Amino acid sequence: MKTYLKNTWEGLYTVFVGMVITFKHMFTRSVTIQYPDVKIKLPERERNRLYVNMDDCIGCLQCERACPVECIEIETVKSLPTEELGQTSNGKKKSLWVTKFTIDFAKCCYCQLCVFPCPTECIKMTDIYEFSEFERENLIYNFATLTSKEVNEKKSNFEKMQAEKEAEKAAAEAAKAQKAKAETEEKEVNNQESPETPGTEKKE
Amino acid sequence: MHEILNNLIGNEIITFLIAAALPLVFIVPYVMLAVYLERKVAAHIQDRLGPMRVGWHGSLQLIADFLKLVQKEDIIADNNDKKLFNLAPILTFAGAYAAYAVLPFSSAYIGSGAEVGVFFLVAISSLVVAGILMGGWSSNNKYSLLGAMRSAAQIVSYEIPSVLVILSIVMITGTLSLAEMSDMQTGYFWNWMIFGGAEIGLTKFLLIPFMFIAFIIIYISSLAEVNRTPFDMPEAESELVAGYSTEYSGMKFAMFFLAEYANMFAVSALVTILFFGGYQSPFGYVGNLLGIEWLVPIEQVFWFCTKGILFVVVQIWLRWTLPRVRVDQLMALCWKYLIPYALVNLIIIGIITLI
Repeated sequence: MKTYLKNTWEGLYTVFVGMVITFKHMFTRSVTIQYPDVKIKLPERERNRLYVNMDDCIGCLQCERACPVECIEIETVKSLPTEELGQTSNGKKKSLWVTKFTIDFAKCCYCQLCVFPCPTECIKMTDIYEFSEFERENLIYNFATLTSKEVNEKKSNFEKMQAEKEAEKAAAEAAKAQKAKAETEEKEVNNQESPETPGTEKKE
Repeated sequence: MHEILNNLIGNEIITFLIAAALPLVFIVPYVMLAVYLERKVAAHIQDRLGPMRVGWHGSLQLIADFLKLVQKEDIIADNNDKKLFNLAPILTFAGAYAAYAVLPFSSAYIGSGAEVGVFFLVAISSLVVAGILMGGWSSNNKYSLLGAMRSAAQIVSYEIPSVLVILSIVMITGTLSLAEMSDMQTGYFWNWMIFGGAEIGLTKFLLIPFMFIAFIIIYISSLAEVNRTPFDMPEAESELVAGYSTEYSGMKFAMFFLAEYANMFAVSALVTILFFGGYQSPFGYVGNLLGIEWLVPIEQVFWFCTKGILFVVVQIWLRWTLPRVRVDQLMALCWKYLIPYALVNLIIIGIITLI
């Protein structure tokens, strides 16, 4: 009988205590926020989407090498000696055309390892974290500023230069060889005094 | 009310149809308010904000939800008992709606001035069990059936303590008519049944503690009767998916939903009539003060709805306070605690009324 009455009392009393607690909570400040309207301030060193300032990029590939998931892809083309690419903001001379600079944020793990090695501090973390996409391809961000036409131009320029250089080299070598041969021939002529034209043609 | 309408229209059948449809005018806005309150109270108890997008502080959320429900496909599984399946929500809602026939919203408006109002209310609210059981059985789903069986067991057993309490009130008032019960508690709030009724004397003061006990008992059992937490065994979402309404979608689900909320108000209104003066104002009427007689019934509607909704809010508050009880605990609470207390209470109140 005693436990029976005690149970009854406890049942009612504990319900009452619970109701008082919930009543108090009804008037406490809500702990949630209206997210898209109100946003919590991010911490100072937050790691979100990367941004690359291409004006400062020298195409050194250090970030690409640092990336543990290989989400950064960079391609560069050497500039012609006549072209002036300008300087970065901290005074480094640019000598490469960055023809491709893509970061695949579907792969990116936001580890910030690419940020530290950058000699010009052009790759950095921003505070943007709302960039979901319906297509996975849209998560591949292209930071290179050159158009495909320009890229082709730069590539052909470089190839032309390369070809010219090679041609020059070849020409120089050929000239060198001819010179050397001429010298040897002269020597031979001097030694044997028997001009054998077909033989020289063969040698060439 | 009937006479006024009859004089206005001149056709008795149409008069009755209109009178029958009048509670809907109350139920639909009330359900909107109750669902809004439910979500808001739930949210604030859990330190959230709740619906905030649709309308001012999410006040039009239910309209959006309703439109969504209307657009939904009406799914009927192959192995359902289609006739019963379609009938069940209607029956459930009819049971909930029929209770409104005898609720005295004011002295001027009672759907039916039946002399056996309480009896009718107790009887007709059991129709909901039939609807729920029908829905659970015809769904051909184990969860639905389990929920329905639990519901039946629960409602049938919890009717006993609530009827015992009603009986003790009937013993004091000597009437079964809800309107008469309300009229007996007129005047100020100390004339309410919870404070021992209108008659000043020794019995009034002796009755007060037992009235409080009676109120607590009927409130707990009314919670169980309308399947509210902590007694929401029939639709225990963590155990039974959604209980008897698992297989229902779209408008049929909305019917069950509407019935549940209509029922909540019906039992709250019953508690109000039995213990808190029904439609009577606690402080007298502005209409009487100013000498405007037609204002009094409107005030009475206001007080009735306010009191009823207040108890609905307490139900919501309890829902977000207490965890669900187990089935055996549910039955133990009813048979081992509420019924003995209600019986003893009944006997004591009977003796007091004899003094």
